Amino acid sequence: MTPVQAYTLRLGDDCLVLGQRLSEWAARAPTLEEDVALLNIALDLLGTARSLLGAVGDEDALAFLRAEPDWTNALLVELDNGDFGRTMARQLLVSAYQVPLWAALASSTDPVLAGVAGKAVKEATYHLDHASAWVVRLGDGTAESHARVQAGLDGVWPYAAELFETDPLVESLVQQGITAAPAVLLPVWQQTVERVLAEATLTVPESSWRPTGGRSGRHTEAFGYLLAEMQHLHRAHPGASW
Amino acid sequence: MVTPAQVRARLAAVPDPEIPVLTVEDLGILRDVTVEGRHVTVTITPTYSGCPAMEEIGADLRAALPDFEVEVRTVLAPAWTTAWMTDAGRRKLEEYGIAPPRRTGSGPVAVTLSAAKVAALTCPQCGSRDTEELSRFASTACKSLWRCRSCREPFDHFKDH
Repeated sequence: MTPVQAYTLRLGDDCLVLGQRLSEWAARAPTLEEDVALLNIALDLLGTARSLLGAVGDEDALAFLRAEPDWTNALLVELDNGDFGRTMARQLLVSAYQVPLWAALASSTDPVLAGVAGKAVKEATYHLDHASAWVVRLGDGTAESHARVQAGLDGVWPYAAELFETDPLVESLVQQGITAAPAVLLPVWQQTVERVLAEATLTVPESSWRPTGGRSGRHTEAFGYLLAEMQHLHRAHPGASW
Repeated sequence: MVTPAQVRARLAAVPDPEIPVLTVEDLGILRDVTVEGRHVTVTITPTYSGCPAMEEIGADLRAALPDFEVEVRTVLAPAWTTAWMTDAGRRKLEEYGIAPPRRTGSGPVAVTLSAAKVAALTCPQCGSRDTEELSRFASTACKSLWRCRSCREPFDHFKDH
């Protein structure tokens, strides 16, 4: 696998795993409109993941036959959904990262990443808008909704730092003009997130704990259950179709 | 003998499986057609990354030319935008009861939060401007859900993208 493919796989894994998580809301969301919205977001992420995984290898083999240590998604996207407040808090943190990431990648020197990002940036903008509106509505809502979205935010917050980690792979791709430096994306993310949290009357969590490991295949306990559900049909019935 | 122009016309007339009043040409997703003997290469650009209709559209394009060997290529860049929708397509959408995308601006609206409101649309049923957005997401990836306060009918809006 080339360095660009390894990086492409990281981004594809982020999209696929978050898309799978959001799909768990099917028929369980608070309202019918929200059910449709969450599944539309999941579908966008799945479509982006297919383009990215397809550029690395066989998309089905990558999605359904890789064992846990071979997955390179960030830990944030694999965390359990929790309640609706936690799901929306996580979506805000992820979308606020993906919007500037895709915007930067749209002018990548890698044609695959540039093509995928040019589409994804428009979709991620909708996701960010949607998550922001909900975080404001819940945070600036009732005492109950405020407490629950704050608790959800506090729970997912430490995992956001991993999105902005750098390593020799990322550094080499930054130098080649293939991707943007995480240090450039971070202030954009902070500005977006802090603006939304301020309007939502929520407190920006403080945490010195920065769990990491997803990019090198060390995942949380929740991820094994996600993979089992996502992969069991394909593994039990190889090549099945309908 | 079928001419290249006739080949293109047959492909251009293939309807969208989700919004059958629109053809692939109306949608603006048919980007290129090349004919070399019996081999036809069709290039399409998906509307949304996860649009499930793309595979069916590919099959429909192949079925439209049973006498040819049709290769369907999907190209992501440049990214599709509703600016590529034809005037005929916009008119058909409105007649079908779906508010067409706005002409001004391209791409989704930036984060609006509670302060700003999305500009009102014209109701495709009664023509009133007294409309409101119910949900940014609707029955397909490309649409949002609206309601008309005058005639009380809900309607879909093909999102500006």
